Amino acid sequence: MKNLSSLRRERAVKTVLTVIFSVISIFYVMPVLLVLINSFKSNNAINMETFSLPDAESFVGADNYIKGMTFGNYPFLMSVLYSFIITVTSTALILLCTSMAAWYIERVGGIIGKGVYYLCVFSMVVPFQMVMYTLSRTADTLNLNTPFTIPVIYLGFGAGLAIFMFSGFIKSIPSEIEEAASIDGCGPVKTFFLVVLPMLKPTLISVGVLEIMWIWNDYLLPYLVLDINEYRTIPIHIQYLRGSFGTVDMGATMAMIMISIVPVIVFYLICQKHIIKGVAAGAVKG
Amino acid sequence: MGWLFLLPTFIAFSIGFIWPFLQGLFLSFTRFRLTSDWEWAGIDNYIQAFSDTSFVHAFRHTLLFTVVTLVLINLIAFAVAYILTSKIKGADIFRTVFFMPNLIGGIVLGYIWSMIFDYILSFYGTSIMLDGRFGFWGLVILMCWQQVGYMMIIYIAGFQSVPEDMLEASKIDGATGFQALRKIIIPNMMPSITICTFLTLTNSFKLYDQNLALTAGRPFEMLADGSTVRTTELMALNIVNSFSANVTNRGVGQAKAVLFCILVVGIGLLQLFGTKSREVKN
Repeated sequence: MKNLSSLRRERAVKTVLTVIFSVISIFYVMPVLLVLINSFKSNNAINMETFSLPDAESFVGADNYIKGMTFGNYPFLMSVLYSFIITVTSTALILLCTSMAAWYIERVGGIIGKGVYYLCVFSMVVPFQMVMYTLSRTADTLNLNTPFTIPVIYLGFGAGLAIFMFSGFIKSIPSEIEEAASIDGCGPVKTFFLVVLPMLKPTLISVGVLEIMWIWNDYLLPYLVLDINEYRTIPIHIQYLRGSFGTVDMGATMAMIMISIVPVIVFYLICQKHIIKGVAAGAVKG
Repeated sequence: MGWLFLLPTFIAFSIGFIWPFLQGLFLSFTRFRLTSDWEWAGIDNYIQAFSDTSFVHAFRHTLLFTVVTLVLINLIAFAVAYILTSKIKGADIFRTVFFMPNLIGGIVLGYIWSMIFDYILSFYGTSIMLDGRFGFWGLVILMCWQQVGYMMIIYIAGFQSVPEDMLEASKIDGATGFQALRKIIIPNMMPSITICTFLTLTNSFKLYDQNLALTAGRPFEMLADGSTVRTTELMALNIVNSFSANVTNRGVGQAKAVLFCILVVGIGLLQLFGTKSREVKN
């Protein structure tokens, strides 16, 4: 009898919790919903009635989106393109190079391997401000200041976490498979690409997800390295509009923010399982 | 031949980290305008950094901000993870929703929240830019909203690693929920707690984007000696600002950055070893 009533009470508690969490969830998505709602409203209505839905008077259709495309004398779609190029190429470069490096560190090691490994771990904690000025000068000198060459900088500054996660995983797989491959006549290149890399798939996804989330949203590094009159990523463009114009066109900015959020939300909904796994894996290895 | 595998990463790492780090460390002891245009200054820059009221203020502000967010984010994330793993209806949807803000960048988040805060505060005739207290708590709210979901994911993974049979045995022995939490769940979750406190600590300490986009340090306060203190400015922002404020000698900014680096690395290591040792004991 006692068991039954306590079970019933537990179920009631759970229902109440579901209701409470549903309410919190609505508040949680509210900021994003507000961007969506306000991107269809006139500037005046955004400032005066931020939380209300557009009505016949304040609804401006796609005006804000059209205005946003050229707002601030910069084609917004180029920002999207640059952000996209930088994120994809940097992530690809990081995945390829650091997985190779981690394999060397774990399987060959030596003083250099060990040294690089500990330096990488150290670099994960160092704040960006420590290297920001000297790094931006170095990037200028070496002509690494365009969206097509900045991946080298990302590989350098972002190597830490990736090496760390790959090393942790490679350590856990037995080296017999690789030895068998080399007995069968595979050189190191063939062994790595045909045998090791396929086994690394879960970690490749985890690292990829973490790097994408970092690079897509990164502001200060590209801001300092790139020539921002020519190349602006999405965060740079949005911050630039805000910083340098007396009165900000809120409607156009909301429209641009919306456009920049949509691909992220789509990416999240499609890869949700991998993202959550990646975050958990990164934490365990970290 | 094998070392060729290491080479690309090693070169990029040297360009992107090792060289700038060493050069930065060296330049912090010089007066410099450009990396090629410097003269030796000994510890002058460090003395200037310590006597800069805005830097000292930013340090205190960062410390307070870090403590508040560290406690709030971890308590909330732990509680949310605890509830979501107790098989309530809709747990998967809640998890999806709570993690979502992590995909949006700090600059955009700051922008969105400044709009929200300003609208709410407009009813009280003020703005987030006008009162440092609002700026502080606004940033705390923003950070909690963003980071709780991330830490929740790590705590959920931790809860799933707590041995089921241990919990069942304790229930049969008549342990209350609170006793099970203290004696079984928390000891088993020390690895997750270590990593989450480490992440929130370093994230809060290094915070820049959200700080810049939400208030950029406003409101500013003029002191009697003519210097300006940006009341809601965190250390990272203070350092970036002092690079651009003093272009004839960037050494002061660089010296601040070195101090900041020592602080972050030191606190990070201390915390890691501190909680790690508790992990072993259990």
